[in-house]
Amino acid sequence: MEKEKFDYYIKTEKNSWEVIIGLEVHAQVISQSKLFSGSATKFGAKPNTQVSLVDSAFPGMLPVINQHCIEQAIKTGLGLNAKINLHSIFDRKNYFYADLPAGYQISQYKNPVVGEGEVTLDMPYGSKKIGIERLHLEQDAGKSIHDLSPDNTFVDLNRSGIALMEIVSKPDLRSPNEVNSYVKKLRTIMRYLGTCDGNMQEGSLRADVNVSVRKKGEKKFGTRCEIKNVNSIKFMEMAIDTEAKRQVELLESGKSIKQETRLFDTKRNETRSMRSKEEAHDYRYFPDPDLLPLKIEQSFVDNLKKNLPELPDQKKERFIKKFKLTPYEANVLVSEAATSKYFEEVIKNADIKLAKNWIIVELFAVLNKKGLDIKESPVSPINLASLINAISSGEISGKIAKKVFEIMVQSGDEPHKIIKEKGLKQQSDPKELEKIILKVLNNNADKVLEYKSGKEKLYGFFIGEIMKISSGKANPKLVNEILKEKLKK
Amino acid sequence: MSIDKNQVKKVAKLSRISLDDNKLQSLSKDLDSILSFVEELNKLDTKKTEPLTSIVNKTLEPRKDTINDGKIKDQILKNSPDKNEEFFIVPKVVE
Amino acid sequence: MPDLNQSSLSEIVKLIKTKKISSLEVTNHFIKNIKKGKKLNSFITTCFDESLKKAKYFDTKGNIDGLLPGVPLAVKDLFCTKGIKTTAGSKILENFIPTYESTVTNNLWKEGAILLGKLNCDEFAMGSSNETSYFGKTINPIAKDLVPGGSSGGSASALAANFTPATIGTDTGGSIRQPASFTGTVGLKPTYGLCSRWGIVAFASSLDQAGPMTKNVEDCALLLEAMSGYDQNDSTSINKKKESYSKNLSTNIKGLKIGIPKEYRVENMPKEIENLWGKGIDILKKSGAKIVDITLPHTKYALPTYYIVAPAEASSNLARYDGVKYGYRSKKGKNLIEMYENTRGEGFGDEVKRRILIGTYVLSSGYYDAYYLKAQKVRKLIKNDFDKCFRNIDAILTPSTPSSAFKVGEKTNDPISMYLNDIFTVPVNLAGIPAISIPAGHDNQGRPLGLQVISKALEEQKILNIAFSMEKDISFKQSFKRWWE
Repeated sequence: MEKEKFDYYIKTEKNSWEVIIGLEVHAQVISQSKLFSGSATKFGAKPNTQVSLVDSAFPGMLPVINQHCIEQAIKTGLGLNAKINLHSIFDRKNYFYADLPAGYQISQYKNPVVGEGEVTLDMPYGSKKIGIERLHLEQDAGKSIHDLSPDNTFVDLNRSGIALMEIVSKPDLRSPNEVNSYVKKLRTIMRYLGTCDGNMQEGSLRADVNVSVRKKGEKKFGTRCEIKNVNSIKFMEMAIDTEAKRQVELLESGKSIKQETRLFDTKRNETRSMRSKEEAHDYRYFPDPDLLPLKIEQSFVDNLKKNLPELPDQKKERFIKKFKLTPYEANVLVSEAATSKYFEEVIKNADIKLAKNWIIVELFAVLNKKGLDIKESPVSPINLASLINAISSGEISGKIAKKVFEIMVQSGDEPHKIIKEKGLKQQSDPKELEKIILKVLNNNADKVLEYKSGKEKLYGFFIGEIMKISSGKANPKLVNEILKEKLKK
Repeated sequence: MSIDKNQVKKVAKLSRISLDDNKLQSLSKDLDSILSFVEELNKLDTKKTEPLTSIVNKTLEPRKDTINDGKIKDQILKNSPDKNEEFFIVPKVVE
Repeated sequence: MPDLNQSSLSEIVKLIKTKKISSLEVTNHFIKNIKKGKKLNSFITTCFDESLKKAKYFDTKGNIDGLLPGVPLAVKDLFCTKGIKTTAGSKILENFIPTYESTVTNNLWKEGAILLGKLNCDEFAMGSSNETSYFGKTINPIAKDLVPGGSSGGSASALAANFTPATIGTDTGGSIRQPASFTGTVGLKPTYGLCSRWGIVAFASSLDQAGPMTKNVEDCALLLEAMSGYDQNDSTSINKKKESYSKNLSTNIKGLKIGIPKEYRVENMPKEIENLWGKGIDILKKSGAKIVDITLPHTKYALPTYYIVAPAEASSNLARYDGVKYGYRSKKGKNLIEMYENTRGEGFGDEVKRRILIGTYVLSSGYYDAYYLKAQKVRKLIKNDFDKCFRNIDAILTPSTPSSAFKVGEKTNDPISMYLNDIFTVPVNLAGIPAISIPAGHDNQGRPLGLQVISKALEEQKILNIAFSMEKDISFKQSFKRWWE
C-alpha cells in the first residue's frame, strides 16, 4: 500500500499556509488524595465535601506533598522517554480568581520534575516523532458555576488541589489529525501506566492549544495564540482549524496577529479573545517558601523504570513480531491496554489469526453499537476463545459461529452451551451427509444432468440446497468431498 | 530605578487593591523611597552567586497517599461572608 | 499567697505543682491585672470565662505533670486558636473564628497551659512599633508615650505589665527580639523550622518563626521546650528529638568563643548602646568566654534584602484574603474583581498595602531578576557569612536594637526609619539561625536596652546558657510603676 502524503495546509488564492501547533495537556493524576492535602479526589462528590482547610487556603495552612503523585509523574515521564530531573522546585503562580482560594497555584516553573522526551505517532504518511518539552506537577483549581444565579457565581472547591500533570509538547504538530493522534497516544500511554484515566467527560484530560501559521516553506514561526481549556479531541481539531483560518485571513488582509489567550466557542465554532480588557498576565512566579526543593534518588527512578509495564510501542512491536500481525492490526489492538489484554487472554487458548479477526471485526462492531468499553464486553475472553476453538476443530462452521456469537452477546453464555441447546453442532457424519446429498440429487435429477453436461455453475446450487436441508449445519468440507464424488458418477 | 504613579496603579491592579488618588500619591512616594533604599544591593556583584533556595538543610518529606481530610463542608463554609448550604457565593465573574 | 507580679513562669509552675497555689488563683490574678490594664491596649480578644472554666477543671482533674500545668497564658493574635477570634491585627480578619488550633499553641495546651486571650500586634506582623494594628496601638508599660516595639508589641507589653506570666510571639525580622529589648524582657527567635508554622497566619514564610517571650532566661528555656517540636504538617519543620532546654540550662560558658562583628558598629550608634555592648563583652570575659573579633561583611545588605524577600512572600501569602472564604468583604463592587479590590483596599492598612505593592512589584515580570533573584543571591551571601564565622566561634554578641523604645508616632510617617530599627535582628532571620535578646541595662532616660546572642542553627541550648550566665551578672531590674492601674 502506498503511503498517503501529508496534506494539511490552509490554501488560499495566494498562498499555502502551514499550521504549527503545540499542546499543553493537563492530565489529572490518578491518586486517592490531593497533591498537597489528604482530601479525596473522587469525581462527582457533593459540592465542597472533598475540601480541607489546606485546599480552601485558610490562614496558616501549609502544603505537604503526596508521594504517590511524585511517582505518577516520574512514571509518566519514563513512559514519554523523558529525562527525569532529580532536583525540581515548586513555584507559586500568582493570580486572583474565585476558584483559586490561595490566590496562587502551586506549580513548577523553571525546574520541572520531568524534562525533554518524545512520543511517536503512526500517521498514514509514516511515523512521526513529537517532542515533549517538559512535564510538571501542579494543583488543579476549583470550579466556578456561573449559571445557577443571574448575579452571583457559586464556587465548589472539590477539585481544588487535585494533582495535575501538565505535559507540554514542542511545536511539532502540524494538523488537527496529528493532534488527534498525539492526544490519543498520550492517553494510551498514561492508561497503560495507570497514571491518568484520560476521561475527558470528567475533565481528567484537557488541553491548551497553541496555534500559529506560516507560509509553506518558511522557517520562522508566526505569532501564536493560545486556546485555553479545550476538553475534547473533536473540539481541539475544530478549534485548530478555525483558529488557523482566522489567522490566515488576518495575515492575508495585511493585519498582524496579537499574541493572546483565546476561548473556543463550541456552539459557534469560533475562537474569541479572553480577558482582553484586563492587564497582561503577570503570574509573578517564585519558589514556594512553604515547600523545599524536591530531591529524587536515581535508584528510585531506576526502580520505577524496572517495574514499568510494557508500553504501547513495545507491545505493538512484539505483536507484529511474535503474532505476525500487520502494523494496522497491532495498532488497533494496543490502542487500549484493556484491548491488548483481552487479545492476549483469547490467544492463550485459541488460534491467533481467527482471534484477531474476531476481535477487530465482530467484537468491535458489537461494542461500538452498544457503546461499551471492552472491559464491559458481554463476551468474555475465555468464551470467545471457546468459540474460536469450536470453529478450528470443525465443531461449527464460521457461519454458525456468527449465529452463536450473536446469542453470546445477548446472554453472555458459554458457546458450547448455546451450540448444544440450539443444536447448532456441525453435521459431520459422512453417512448422514450422504443421505442428505443423495436426497438433493434425487430431487433435482434434471439439474444433475445439466451439471454433468457442463453447466458447472450448478455446483453452488447443490451446496445451497444441502445447507438448507441441514439448517446450515452440514460440515462444508465433508459435503464438498462427498458431493464431488457423487457428481462424478 | 524609581517607580511612578502609573506603575503603582498597575501594581495595585495586579494586587487587587483599590486606591484613591490621595492614597496613590502618598503610597507612590513611600514605594519610591523603599525602592531606592533596596537599590543598595546593586552595589554588590552576584554574578557567581547561586540564589538561596531553602533556608533549612533538608529536602521535601512526602506523605503517603491516604485520604484523611475533607468531609468538613460546614467548617469550610462557616466563616464565609456569603454562602449557601453547598457553595461559596461571590459576585458574578465577568470574563 | 506569693506576689505573682514578682513571680516568674518557672516559679508559678513550681507553686502549682506543689499545690501551694491553684490554677484558678493564678488565672484570677492575671485576669485582674488585664482588666486594670486596658490603657495599654495589649489585648485584642480575651476569653476569661473559658480560662476560668479550664483553670477550675485543671484544679480538679488536670494533669500536673505537664511543663506548664494550669498556667494561664496569652498569645499573639497571629496564632490560630480554635473557636477564638484570630485577627492578625487586621480588619480583613476582624470576624474570623478558626475551627482549628495552631500546632504551637496546641503544644502549649498539651503541656497544661490555659489561654487567657489574644495579644495585639502589628497588622499581619508588619511593623516595628505595634502602631499598624487595626485594633489600635499598644503602649509600652515603661512609659505612656512609648511604643512597645513590634510586631509582637502586644505580647511584650502584656508580659512586662504582668498580664501574662509568659507569652509567645513570632519573629520575621526581629518581631520578638526588638519588643523584648524595648520592654526589658527576654525573647528568643528559634532556628527556622524548630517551631511549626502550621496554623500561624503567615507573613513571610521563609522567615517566620514562633518563639518564647519571658521574664527571664530560665522561663525562656522552659517555654521553648514546650512550644517547639517536629510537625509533619509543616514541610519546613525540622525532624529532630525534642530537647530539655530548661533541664540542661547551665551558667558554665567557660572556653566558649564569642564573636564580635565589626559591621554592627553602625554609624550614629548611641553611646549608651556602645557602652552596653562593651559591658556585655566584659561580663562574658569574666565568665571565661573568649572574645574574638569577626567580620560579617554583607551585614549592610541585610535590610535591603529583607525588604525585598519579606514583601515578595507577603504579597503572595496575603492573596488569600479576598473576601470569599472568610473575613471582611466589602459591600461595594458590581463584579468579582471590584469586590476583590474594594475588600482588600478597605480591609488592609497602609503598611500592609505598602508591602503587598512592593512585593508584587519586585516579583513582576521585568523586575524579578533585578530585585527578587538578586535578593535571594545576597541572602545566600549573608548566610555564608554566618556559616563561615561559626566554623571558628560558638556564638555572636551584638546589641538587639540600634536604639531604645521610641515615642508613639515618632516614625509612623517614615517607613525607612522604622525599617532601620531592625538592622541588628534581620540578618538572623535571613540566615535561619537562632538568637536571643536579653535585657542588659537602661539608657539615660530609663528605657531598657537589650543584647542579642546568636548561634548557628539548632544551638538554642548554647545561646540559652550564654544568656543565662550573662543574666546572673547583669541582674537587670525593671524600674517602672504600674501607672496604668
